[in-house]
Amino acid sequence: MGKAFDSIVFHGKNCDGCGDCVTACVKAKGGSDALSSRIKILPDGAGGFELALCRQCGEAKCVMNCPSGALTKNGDSGVIDWADDKCVNCLLCTVGCAYGGITYEAQIGHVIKCDQCGGQPACVAACPHDALAFSTIAGIYNSYGDKEDMFAPGLSACQGCNSELLIRHTMRRIGPNAVVAAPPGCIPGMGTVGYNGKTGAKVPIFHPLLTNTSSMLAGIRRYYERQGRDVTVVALAGDGGTVDVGFQALSGAAERGEHILYICVDNEGYMNTGMQSSGSTNYGSWTSTTPVGPSLKGKRSDGKNLPMVMMMHNCAYVATASLSHMEDYYAKLDQALETSKNGFAYVHVYAPCPSGWRFHSSKTIDICRLGVETNFIPLWEFTPKGGLRFTLPTENPRPITDYLKAIGKYRHLEPAQIEHIQHLADERLSLLSKFVRDTGARPAAE
Amino acid sequence: MGETNYLVVGSSHAALEAVHAIRMIDAKGSVALVTRDAHLPYSPTVLPYVVSGRSKPERVALRDEAYFKTMNVDFVRGATLVGIDAKNRTARFEGQPARKFDKLLLATGAQPIIPPIKGLDKVPFHVLRSLDDALGLRKAMGQAKRAVVLGAGLIGMHAAENLVEAGLAIGIVEMQGQVLPGYFDAKASGLIEKAFAAHKVTLKLGRKAQEIKSGAVVLDDGSELPFDLLLVSTGVKPELGYLEGSGVATERGILVDARMNTNVEGIFAAGDVAQAKLFQAEGTGVAGILPAAVEQGRIAGMAMAGDRALKPYPGHVSLNTYTFFGQQAISVGAGVAGPVPAGAETIERADAAKNAYLRLALKDNRLLGAVGINVSLDPGILWQLILRKVDLAPVMDRFQADPLAVGRVLMSRLWR
Ligand SMILES: Cc1cc2nc3c(=O)[nH]c(=O)nc-3n(C[C@H](O)[C@H](O)[C@H](O)COP(=O)(O)OP(=O)(O)OC[C@H]3O[C@@H](n4cnc5c(N)ncnc54)[C@H](O)[C@@H]3O)c2cc1C
Repeated sequence: MGKAFDSIVFHGKNCDGCGDCVTACVKAKGGSDALSSRIKILPDGAGGFELALCRQCGEAKCVMNCPSGALTKNGDSGVIDWADDKCVNCLLCTVGCAYGGITYEAQIGHVIKCDQCGGQPACVAACPHDALAFSTIAGIYNSYGDKEDMFAPGLSACQGCNSELLIRHTMRRIGPNAVVAAPPGCIPGMGTVGYNGKTGAKVPIFHPLLTNTSSMLAGIRRYYERQGRDVTVVALAGDGGTVDVGFQALSGAAERGEHILYICVDNEGYMNTGMQSSGSTNYGSWTSTTPVGPSLKGKRSDGKNLPMVMMMHNCAYVATASLSHMEDYYAKLDQALETSKNGFAYVHVYAPCPSGWRFHSSKTIDICRLGVETNFIPLWEFTPKGGLRFTLPTENPRPITDYLKAIGKYRHLEPAQIEHIQHLADERLSLLSKFVRDTGARPAAE
Repeated sequence: MGETNYLVVGSSHAALEAVHAIRMIDAKGSVALVTRDAHLPYSPTVLPYVVSGRSKPERVALRDEAYFKTMNVDFVRGATLVGIDAKNRTARFEGQPARKFDKLLLATGAQPIIPPIKGLDKVPFHVLRSLDDALGLRKAMGQAKRAVVLGAGLIGMHAAENLVEAGLAIGIVEMQGQVLPGYFDAKASGLIEKAFAAHKVTLKLGRKAQEIKSGAVVLDDGSELPFDLLLVSTGVKPELGYLEGSGVATERGILVDARMNTNVEGIFAAGDVAQAKLFQAEGTGVAGILPAAVEQGRIAGMAMAGDRALKPYPGHVSLNTYTFFGQQAISVGAGVAGPVPAGAETIERADAAKNAYLRLALKDNRLLGAVGINVSLDPGILWQLILRKVDLAPVMDRFQADPLAVGRVLMSRLWR
């Protein structure tokens, strides 16, 4: 499996052009003035700032254009290394770079470029405005990429499906010592439980009724426990099978504190049977059963917030997650997995659906991110001891319309409806805030 | 007879990028890289630095044997392609058995042109295209006192500078009225000429070599330039000798489409040997520069392996960077070397104290080209602004004032 690498991230909207990064770079790398900086911050003429910095490209044109072997992609760090003693100053690398990432500086006498300071970039440390960050998220893909995929290749999920990504990552982490329940919904529909006598998973997987997922898993887990075997039992269920039809079994299992990991993949509807509304469908959404016409303008009631309902069951662990924030999800999955050895763990993952929500299949993760950045989808976790903790609090949320306008199922919304949705989101957040006990919050991860 | 799925001939930039692109898609198909050269792959561009001693010949390799082993590529040296049988999909080599192929890439680059000057066939002279040429020139340089360089193109100018630094007295003869015609206008070239003159180089511009006598070049004005070392760098031409009777169509180079395919399906050509689409002019041309060889080689490899991510070649944009005596010259695009194209506007700025000169050519609010001497420019960004036909109208004043900063802002934004 190819390696993914750490990278310097620029959040242009936070940049005020103070130049501390430039000063730090010159100090760290040597040089006489700002021109010697490997990082260049440029006013865009409209009050904002842009960046010129080496992107450490995977297929780097500077490397391809180098006639002397002075530039190479480092297979361990991902950095494009420059070798002083091989460089002939021909400047052909600067012809290859489209970003001003490798530049000739006359006062230095050769080309210069960012080397990420060996993993601790001085510019990032110096930035006082969170405009620069050093993203190490790629490390996750390296460590998980090496783990075995527990599903067969070629599952038939829709293009851009969030759920397939989620279940593959999740089961890579959980590994082979598990039994999976996939109640009716998109996840079995895409072939995980198999077709024609063939299975789509490399772990025991079964297809319970919508109504009895939690009961069946509880029985399986108890049986293994009686045999003295520690086998993870996990539900990969949709919102219909969780919020609506499977709810009484779920609620009972949670109440009894069964040792189950229950993951609800919430795409806000019965998407595989024709996009009918579910209890989780949010207010104002178009679905095939909450159409848009002269009188009806999408769903009239608000969706149930099941993670909050599960929190009120006092489950051993409850969390919400979104795949735009993988580090956050993995941290929660680790905790949920550990908790499920002795108690009921419930993880609710928001899963925007390109087919049912009407957005382009390339936009899934963008929509996930917008949900979080507008505070429509707060990310939090709860334990009975620690109370509720926002794991990635959004301090300056974007307007909710950024999220709604990106999704076709909200296209028809009238101003009053948008206002109502904003109101619901504000209420949800303020209600959740009341459960916060832990003040010593962990620093937010990127 | 050997059999190979992908047969790549040549071992320089175009060939190496093609091999990489093939292996990105096809891990299993057999790949052979066959070259006439006896060395590990290297770039002709590095040769002036081998001549000067800045680059050690054993350290200029672009790939090593371990790379070919890892990539499962059969790397064969010392085999010259001498003929192609397109119908039977067979390539014939000198010094190697013939090979059958499914796909063939011709990346055999260019060869020095030896001009028909009277007496040239009677004297020993040097060219600079291969590592062995460079080593030969380096050796000869140590024993010589005066050199004459025929042709003031990039190769001649690079070599002349090395010879100056090795302490030789140099004369350069160029038919046209300036050095580096084609890339720079007369004013820009003037600054380069000034630097050479300051190093006591005799520049004979607008002059032709009429005859080579033993120990002297006779020019068309009757004057003589004495030498004990002669370098011929009057241009290059694609290496096409092996194509006779093959049915592969050529003009100046091998004619290729936007996927680098020749007129024979499955036979491709890329780099200095190929004649491909031009971006800023009608028709086709031989690019003759390293970045174009890289780009074309990559596209050819993708096409050969059936990579669906292939984007057709947009066409060649004239590009060059040139460093001389610690100074920098950059040339990108059209409208900056010769006369101003119709409807275009040029902006010129000079700073005599800094020996700096900038010329921009613009048309319909789009960048046509730029030339800079001792001016900081990002040629890669300017290339993209041309290729993407970026509308500069909203930033025109600022762009003209500071093409470096505004170019960076534009690309930073386009990237996100
Ligand atoms: C001295 C010098 C300086 C240069 N400086 C610059 C510069 O500053 N900027 C720039 O952009 N470009 C420069 N160039 C040009 C640049 O090097 C070429 O454009 C580039 O190398 C072209 O790559 P290529 O792969 O097409 O062919 P080449 O590099 O020419 O390689 C051709 C390969 O094919 C092999 N070969 C040839 N014929 C046969 C045959 N019949 N059978 C088998 N193998 C064969 C050769 O051995 C060689 O390996 C310079 C060139 C020279 C010589």
